[in-house]
Amino acid sequence: MTALPDPPPARRLGLVIDLDTCVGCQACVVACKEWNGGGHPGPLADLEPYGSRPAGTWLNRVHGFEVGEGAAGRTVYFPRSCLHCENALCVTVCPTGASFKRAEDGIVLVDEAKCIGCGLCAWACPYGARELDPASGVMKKCTLCVDRIGDERLPAEDRVPACVAACPARARHFGDLGDPESAVARLVAERGGVELLAELGYRPTNRYLPPRPGRRLAADGDRLEDAPAEGGFLGWLDRLLGD
Amino acid sequence: MRPAPSLLLFTTLSGAGYGLLAVWALLGLAAVLPAEPRAGLVGLGPALVAIAAGLFASRFHLARPERAWRAFTQWRTSWLSREAVAAVATFAPALALAAGWSLESRIPAAAALLAAAGAALTVLCTGQIYATLVPIPRWHQPLTTPVFLALALASGLVLAFALAAASGLDPGLPGLLALAVLPLVWGLKVLWWRLGDRAPPRVTAAAAIGVPDRGPARPIEPAHTAGSWLLDETGFRVARRHAAKLRRLALLFGGASPWSLVAVGLATGGGARIVCGLAAVLSLALGLAIERWLFFAEAKHTAAVWYGERAV
Repeated sequence: MTALPDPPPARRLGLVIDLDTCVGCQACVVACKEWNGGGHPGPLADLEPYGSRPAGTWLNRVHGFEVGEGAAGRTVYFPRSCLHCENALCVTVCPTGASFKRAEDGIVLVDEAKCIGCGLCAWACPYGARELDPASGVMKKCTLCVDRIGDERLPAEDRVPACVAACPARARHFGDLGDPESAVARLVAERGGVELLAELGYRPTNRYLPPRPGRRLAADGDRLEDAPAEGGFLGWLDRLLGD
Repeated sequence: MRPAPSLLLFTTLSGAGYGLLAVWALLGLAAVLPAEPRAGLVGLGPALVAIAAGLFASRFHLARPERAWRAFTQWRTSWLSREAVAAVATFAPALALAAGWSLESRIPAAAALLAAAGAALTVLCTGQIYATLVPIPRWHQPLTTPVFLALALASGLVLAFALAAASGLDPGLPGLLALAVLPLVWGLKVLWWRLGDRAPPRVTAAAAIGVPDRGPARPIEPAHTAGSWLLDETGFRVARRHAAKLRRLALLFGGASPWSLVAVGLATGGGARIVCGLAAVLSLALGLAIERWLFFAEAKHTAAVWYGERAV
């Protein structure tokens, strides 16, 4: 059923992504593709993987941006995947009931047996988080690795989405954002986690932690020092050798 | 947004078909058209064929068309599902009207009213599908649905004029109505274009990567070097360079030319009127094709900001 759960789920599973520590290594992208290619939403198509125009379906993409000017400028890597919105328009526009939001934890999923591949949900998503798989003809999206996070056979530390497990910079965190006492909720409170494009009204669950201000010098020239004029061995040598 | 041929065909053909169905049903109800079998069939036949052809074309937009029946289930939340239900449900009164008119030489009032209402409702649903898409600002505005309804009505009136003229029925009223409605319809469309042009962008690249207040953001490393379905679907932008020219062509072929041809057709008669009617329909079809192509091709999706668009 494409109606959103009412009332909204109290449990809000999602990701907290730290833009300060993300180094843009794409490990989460590859881990996501690897796990989900064989897991719940798999297979994920790869068309012409060795040809001149390779294409395929991915549930997570990392974009590299430069923000700000001059000394204030910095690189920001932005990992983009489903934000599991509370007001998920992608769910309500679905004509078949394939797209749904789980009442128990708020995860937005696609029932692939019902999807007709009309693509309207992808149009309705402002974050571009859905891709139509060209091989199976159904919509694919991040599942928060539902086949991992609830699998009791896995050791507890592995019951996190593949992207979180793979991140070498610990920039990705997984948990219940509906519980103010959870580790992820505290992290969001401490660091001023951003609700991405809040003005569009989708009420996303995922949060992005903004880059820290950083220790910046006024200009790089300040760090290259001349030999101290007042003395010392280098000062003496400098004077001895003249101009 | 990518202008998919299936969607262009569906929205223009079905829109015209529903417009004609409504116009013909109401003209019959008002006794402007005679309750004779032939008079019913010359209008309702083409209307139902256009609707069915449009619906058939929409099938090609689905990656899994064999499951299309599922689209009738979610009418409580989805405008696309409502459109599917309304489109098919309208066939019942439309066929009842056609049967009464062509088999029993009477125009059942309830069927005529329901067919016209169903036609309007279906086109309204079509408009709402686009008007409710928040990530596409050019579509997400209050006039989008009225424009769809207006263009369907104009198509219906021009078609009704041409069909009445070609079959020896009195094309006076549909012709005059077409002359009155065409300028209003395209005036509304011009206003829709202007409002879309003037709307300030809601999403900047800097906001879209979570750092809205540290200056502008420039993409330096693409997320992927290969293409993607999403980029094909939302990254279409070739039309914007030619938008002004294409808008003028749409106004010429969809508005000015059919208006003049209907006017000349009304002033003349016989063979000349039939030729004018046919030419008006062909010209309107070309104008609507350009208008609808531009409707998709010109619209930006917020997802483009991660791929180099500065603001949407």
